[in-house]
Amino acid sequence: MTTTHDLIDSLARDAGPVRRLQSPLRRGFLFLAAIVGIVLAATLVTNAWPGMLSRLQDSRFAIEMSATALTGVAAILAAFCLSIPGWSRAWTFAPIPPLAVWLGASGYGCYRNWFVYGADGSLALGRSADCFVFILTASVPMVIALFFALRRARPLNLVPVLAMGALGVAGLAAAALQFFHPFDVTVTDLALHAAAVTLVVAFATLFGVPWWRRIAV
Amino acid sequence: MRQMSRQLPISDVSDAQGAPPGSPNSDAYEQDRVWAGLMRLAQDGDQAAYRSLLTNITPYLRTLCARQHRDARDVEDSVQDILLTLHTIRHTYDPARPFKPWLVAIGRRRIIDRLRTNRRSRLRETELLAEHETFSIDESNIHEAQSESRVLRDAVESLPKGQRDAVTLLKIEEKSLAEAAAQSGMTVAALKVSTHRAVKALRKILEGKRQSP
Repeated sequence: MTTTHDLIDSLARDAGPVRRLQSPLRRGFLFLAAIVGIVLAATLVTNAWPGMLSRLQDSRFAIEMSATALTGVAAILAAFCLSIPGWSRAWTFAPIPPLAVWLGASGYGCYRNWFVYGADGSLALGRSADCFVFILTASVPMVIALFFALRRARPLNLVPVLAMGALGVAGLAAAALQFFHPFDVTVTDLALHAAAVTLVVAFATLFGVPWWRRIAV
Repeated sequence: MRQMSRQLPISDVSDAQGAPPGSPNSDAYEQDRVWAGLMRLAQDGDQAAYRSLLTNITPYLRTLCARQHRDARDVEDSVQDILLTLHTIRHTYDPARPFKPWLVAIGRRRIIDRLRTNRRSRLRETELLAEHETFSIDESNIHEAQSESRVLRDAVESLPKGQRDAVTLLKIEEKSLAEAAAQSGMTVAALKVSTHRAVKALRKILEGKRQSP
């Protein structure tokens, strides 16, 4: 059995210079900048901005859109910070306020639509299935990119890192969806958005942990 | 830089960080500053500084682990786990930040991992008691043998005198019919009948005991 003294000797002998990891906040913002750049390019190509700018006149939608994007930003930054030992675990709570506002604003939109379109209109499936698929499809490449961005940090506690990362990715995908979803959310939309986000978080956390342990070491 | 730091005692390394005059001078603050300085040098490849850092933090880690583990072997194993993890992710330490929160976060994680591993193994394992020991030699199974022989002895004692003498002489002491007849004063035929009845009675007694333990 190796004694602690022998272990220290062998670790010291093995210790070459290392390339320091940059601050998690800096790396988080770089990751976000890359995602925003891709979404921006896609919206410019599809000419989605005029519709978006006119919809942003509605303050409820502006709040919902901002809260969705902020949830994504806060959760991605939280994932980067939680991946490094010694950073405050309070980062786990960072996405909760914008998430609450996002759900609240979407819920209020559904409530308002109920009076305009009635129960039939609000519960209609419409393009909800497309939105569900969009959030899942857009999340997959972002989750893979996030894995490569977080890999060098070698997080010790994977569950909160993956849960935050997945929430961030799903939030960003939901925000990007608004550019291609030119109508207010119905109850069914909201339920399916929530289901898609939950699915991404659950899938990434449940299957991501063993997968990461196998390939990231 | 690398060569120079090898010559430096710890206090000089902390001075090399450039502490502002009048900064807080508590022991914990000073210790953190020294460790942060050594870690910064270690990240640059200074093996002497790294060895010094690991040697310096080991008693601190041992105290941290001893709060959670009762077994001294677990304490030492946890300390080694932490040192190995620290080595693997030493590139994640940011010299602009305090060292101890980084170290303690690694330590806590590794201690929790070991506690979980220990708990899982305890759930899978069963404590080894004397009755679990079964070996081929008779001496190892003495408890079982003792309990069975006591039951048999009690059953023989409960037989009528003639049957008891017959079964003791012929079956337990394994004497011949002639020897048993001479010793007990019974005829050979009477001995045979008594033995037959004794065995039948013993079977009944022992079967009764087995059905109502």
